[in-house]
Amino acid sequence: MIELDAIHKTFGDTEVLHDLSLKIETGELAVLIGPSGSGKSTTLKLLNRLLDPDRGCVRLHGEDIRRQAPEQLRRKIGYAIQSVGLFPHWTVEQNIAVVPELQKWPRTRIRERVAELLVLLDMPPAQFLHRYPHQISGGQQQRVGVARALAADPEFLLMDEPFGALDPVTRANLQDELLRIHRLLGKTIVLVTHDLDEAIRLGSRIVIMDQGRIVQQGPAREILLTPANAFVRDFVKPGEIGVRLLGLARVSERVRWSAQATGEALGLNATLREALSAFILQGVACLPVADESGRHVGALHFDDLLEIRA
Amino acid sequence: MKTGRGFLLSLTVLTATLFILPFSDALFHALYPELSQPVYRQDNLTLLLIAHLQIVALSSLPAIFIGVAFGIWVTRPSGAAFRPLAETVLSLVQSIPPVAVLALAVPLLGFGEWPALLALTSYGLLPIAHGTLSGLEALPAELGQTARALGMTRWQTLRRIELPCAMPAIFAGIRTSVVINIGTAALASTVGARTLGLPIIIGLSGFNDAYVIQGALLVALLAICVDQFFVWMGKSVLPGHRS
Repeated sequence: MIELDAIHKTFGDTEVLHDLSLKIETGELAVLIGPSGSGKSTTLKLLNRLLDPDRGCVRLHGEDIRRQAPEQLRRKIGYAIQSVGLFPHWTVEQNIAVVPELQKWPRTRIRERVAELLVLLDMPPAQFLHRYPHQISGGQQQRVGVARALAADPEFLLMDEPFGALDPVTRANLQDELLRIHRLLGKTIVLVTHDLDEAIRLGSRIVIMDQGRIVQQGPAREILLTPANAFVRDFVKPGEIGVRLLGLARVSERVRWSAQATGEALGLNATLREALSAFILQGVACLPVADESGRHVGALHFDDLLEIRA
Repeated sequence: MKTGRGFLLSLTVLTATLFILPFSDALFHALYPELSQPVYRQDNLTLLLIAHLQIVALSSLPAIFIGVAFGIWVTRPSGAAFRPLAETVLSLVQSIPPVAVLALAVPLLGFGEWPALLALTSYGLLPIAHGTLSGLEALPAELGQTARALGMTRWQTLRRIELPCAMPAIFAGIRTSVVINIGTAALASTVGARTLGLPIIIGLSGFNDAYVIQGALLVALLAICVDQFFVWMGKSVLPGHRS
């Protein structure tokens, strides 16, 4: 559990965080989002003491984080940043091994752990261990960044716009991968982004910030359906709320099992937003649904999308 | 395959020149028929070269330590206040020609090897400090911050991340400094040090152009040789850096 309690922070004359309090439960994937200057990155940096608050207190599992040395604290908290964060003069293996080495793990255990993480992130170790960051693609660099953050098996993971510099396809793949890892390992993750779609896609809780304050927090659905004020309403773009809501649900939740239909099949795992797109594209109001192996399992009707508010 | 070839070639030419010069009376007689002694024999050239290298090493090593340390210091929070001043002074002082440095050193420090060493060291540390400073400064801020965020101490961040990443710039500064130093060290003979500058000085004062050429040739070859040595070393010292 992460608690921020009545935090104030100023840089010079500018107040960047004003009386900020936030509680993130164990196992949550909390996304901090807001325009630039809203204080979201500053908030993240308070959690591993890259910054200390002027007033207020940060607690992990109830213990004030200022009670341990910053280096000790940080080695227990994974940290990933945009691809520039990899050390350019070190190989993939050396980059991932940083924190275990700082913690003085035995050499063989480090080697095993690095290989294990590369496999987890779908990068064959034999192929990547000895490459330098500039020899691999942006998406691969980002995976290495995530692997490095996970290396010492930290309980908490902080991610500062980790997918910011990637193309949309790679970005979507890595978002899926992060969700998979989150489900698999159950880490408490705090992620900063300025991309609302990313926040909706990843966050079990979205924390919207503006001018150093939290203006609203909750699950994506709640924020889309009941924006707390005009700022949030503008931020979620009123014209796109409908499709964004559809993006939150999967075909598997609405499918009419064993019903029949003709047309190009939807995947069970597709979002309703993708289903909407398919209805429009194919000009029909009913489409078959297939499972991962391509086997027909049922059908989805256009009307099924309309129940999304319920 | 090409690694070290330039160094080996220049080293061969230097060594050959060193051995051939004492037997080159015929050549220099032909070039300067009016000179009765056209080949420099007052000192053993090899010993002069060794003495020359000694002076370069004795002044460059402290210059490297002081220059790198200074460059590190002004990029740390404790020395940050001095950085703008340091940058201005470093680039300003580097525009002073090396001859002027030695000319200034004599009235200030007197004659002999020590004043020469002191002058060479202070002049030599400038490109190194400058290279270190600009190399460290050019690193993206995220690099150091990420290292800190992963749990490295300030010292670990500097030693394991920042210095290696700034190494190309630091190394370039050292290379510039040492190569210039080889030329400047020759001038140290004007203030009483034994170097390859001796034939040049004696030649100039005794109207013996042949001596000047012999000394200058050796100094130039030595500078090329050391420069090539740095090129060769750079390839093995800087692994993984983008070319």
